[in-house]
Amino acid sequence: MAVPKRKMSRSNTRHRRSQWKATAPQLVTCANPACRAKHLPHRACPDCGQYGPRGEQRQVI
Amino acid sequence: MPTPTKGPRLGGSPAHQRLILANLATSLFEHGRITTTEAKAKRLRPYAESLITRAKVDTVANRRQVVKVIRDKEILHVLFTEIAPKYTTRPGGYTRITKIGPRKGDNAPMAVIELVEEKDFSVTTKTPKKKAAKTEAAPVAESADEVKDQIAAADEAETETTTDEAVVEAPADEAAAETTEGDADKA
Repeated sequence: MAVPKRKMSRSNTRHRRSQWKATAPQLVTCANPACRAKHLPHRACPDCGQYGPRGEQRQVI
Repeated sequence: MPTPTKGPRLGGSPAHQRLILANLATSLFEHGRITTTEAKAKRLRPYAESLITRAKVDTVANRRQVVKVIRDKEILHVLFTEIAPKYTTRPGGYTRITKIGPRKGDNAPMAVIELVEEKDFSVTTKTPKKKAAKTEAAPVAESADEVKDQIAAADEAETETTTDEAVVEAPADEAAAETTEGDADKA
């Protein structure tokens, strides 16, 4: 069985972990004039529960 | 070789997958709209729509085919007497998937799959437009021909020459094709 030959230094560990980065998702404004919340594109708005183009929203949730 | 199923596999075994899809379809026909994961919704859509297509023609044979999946007699009755008659003129596309945000517990992408509303898709609404467009275009062309008879005659002469050229070209192509085939045979 393969085993590590050397101890992984604190520097190497921290260097590797410093590359774990989160990116902010691209958000869109809700088409519902009464809501205008930010939500993920191509998804129903979690605040008002509506989905669809401006003027043709459907209540999904 | 059997064609693999489009989309992800569900459950741990083929039997489990069949049961998941059957239960999802039963729930969809019972409630009209269900919330599930995107993967399951995408697998369910063609499965449920084929059942509805079968239920459009109410025969004993079709009922026996559908009852293999929808084992609940009440829901089977609703499917054949209420859901399928709504879509008699609709050529497929009986369900709609709307994505909603990720689930709280495991961040799984969720979706709502629902039966679409009733709408008339009878064929008479489409054909008149095409016919009207053709009839409008045809008279204009005819009048133009009447005015320019001489020019048309000249055009015909030209077209004859071009057709002759085409005839000459076509055998050449065939000969070329034959030579290539012959080369292929030699190779």
